[in-house]
Amino acid sequence: MRRRPNYLAGVASVAWLIIVALPLYVMLSATVQSKGDYAKGSPLSWPEHFTFENYSGAFDEGFGKFFLNTLIVTVAVVAIVVLLVPPLAYAVVRSRSRVASGVFRLFLLGLAIPAQAVIVPMFYLISEAGLYDNLIGVILPTAAFCLPISTLILSGAMRDIGHELFEAMAVDGASPRRMFLQLVLPLSKGGISTIVVFSALQAWNGFLFPLVLTQSDSTKVITLGLYNFQTEHGINVPGTLAAVFMSMVPILLVYLFARRALVQGLMGVGGK
Amino acid sequence: MTTQLTHAAAPVKTSGRGSGRARGGQAADVGRPGFAWAVPATIFFVLFAILPLLAVAVLSFMSWGGIGDPEWVGLDNWSRVFDDPVMIKSIWLTLLLTVLGVVLQTPLSILIGVWAAGTQRNRAVISAVYFVPLLLSSTAVSVLWRALLDPNFGIPSEATWLFGDGNLFGEQSTAIGVLAFVSTWQFTPLHSLIYQGAARAIPQVLYQAAQIDGAGRVRQFFHITLPQLRNSIITSMILMVVGGLTTFETVLILTQGGPGTDTTISAYYMYQKAFKSFDFGAGAVIALLLVVAATIISLIVVRLSGYDKMRSTMEGVS
Repeated sequence: MRRRPNYLAGVASVAWLIIVALPLYVMLSATVQSKGDYAKGSPLSWPEHFTFENYSGAFDEGFGKFFLNTLIVTVAVVAIVVLLVPPLAYAVVRSRSRVASGVFRLFLLGLAIPAQAVIVPMFYLISEAGLYDNLIGVILPTAAFCLPISTLILSGAMRDIGHELFEAMAVDGASPRRMFLQLVLPLSKGGISTIVVFSALQAWNGFLFPLVLTQSDSTKVITLGLYNFQTEHGINVPGTLAAVFMSMVPILLVYLFARRALVQGLMGVGGK
Repeated sequence: MTTQLTHAAAPVKTSGRGSGRARGGQAADVGRPGFAWAVPATIFFVLFAILPLLAVAVLSFMSWGGIGDPEWVGLDNWSRVFDDPVMIKSIWLTLLLTVLGVVLQTPLSILIGVWAAGTQRNRAVISAVYFVPLLLSSTAVSVLWRALLDPNFGIPSEATWLFGDGNLFGEQSTAIGVLAFVSTWQFTPLHSLIYQGAARAIPQVLYQAAQIDGAGRVRQFFHITLPQLRNSIITSMILMVVGGLTTFETVLILTQGGPGTDTTISAYYMYQKAFKSFDFGAGAVIALLLVVAATIISLIVVRLSGYDKMRSTMEGVS
């Protein structure tokens, strides 16, 4: 039996679609207009003369360097997460040790820690460690804050691996290490790509840690670049919006290629 | 975004814990990994998340200006923070914004999520557009809206019939309205998606039975859909509350806490105290209050809803 269409929700959805899409349209059309044209016309009007000066202008402001810094942070964070989480999730799912289950509870607890809560002591620790204004000082806490959700996602994926597979390998006398490499890793590829997408998103969009733990232009990441651009050139709307758009291009690309991993991860958050 | 995400899952997956253990009860311990496999990640996490959390508690009893060594001052920071009218105001503002967020986003995202759970192709396309705000960082979202709402060049200057003089950031009520709206714009997709996933999992047999009993659409929604979404509503609300308490970029970029201190919410006040006034002790107190509030509210919501007992939403199905 088919459910009839839900008109009320349909109307709400279309209204919301306009509210979501309109700003995105204004952003895109503004970025290809000159500052003067944008100020003259309505924000909603289609550009008359196309120009890419806003984009090149953003690069003159150092956006290339900010991109590179963000890329370094993102790659490093993903590398740390992918190195640390699979063995952890493996232990959480398969180990009989009480310590491992206690550790899992610790990570669940970690889900409730917002970055704001630790930023003051983090500033102290990173300064004491001599890592202030150094990308490493941003990478380490950012990666740490990716761990709880990644552990949760990946241990969920590893629980789905059939029990008989482990038993069959145990009969063959396989060591935990061999099971991990030959069974667990290949079968949790989906979960691993989800945590890669998640931690990449978190690292790429991170703001508070870079804001507090870095200072100079040479360590500035893209979100800080955006923030500075808007404080210094608040009046240059097309330029600002071009910077906003560029900051989201890599994420859009990831979304296009890894939509499934992203949506699955997000839906998994909701439970059933 | 992700700070919000992370809070959702905690109560959800605990149910899965230990099920593997029960199933494997008979199997030998051969080939089971020891806890050593968990050690590297745990050390890393304790070092960069748990220790700082403990340190913030210690720092709240110390005076530190950013240079030199912190100094023990007992309850001084705490009494200063609670004597500070801006702090008290910031708590109310935080609560107001959080409640506004829940009230705006919950009905909207339930409607959209349930609608998107259908199967037509146009829904998939529209849902894909919905998704975009979720991919933007809070920074990008805030900068985007700051530009769009610019009093001189933005949308308000075009629609004076709606926005008056167009300066939405000049008055407390409109500034708070903007903050609530922008969070809703950014996070409704996430919550819709949560509801979409849950609505898809509702067994069709329930609707078929209701139709045979002659229940109309509205009754079906209130008697089947909403009760079946209970767990998702709780998860989503916890996310909204914790996200509301820890909102930061939006305020920093859109209003800088102004006009005056009219949008200075607690998380922003903490940043100002610690990193603008170099009063790290007071900052630590506020940070600790935020964690405690987020944890308590999450626990209350979970407890009140009976979610911790993992009551089944499948009753009446089997």
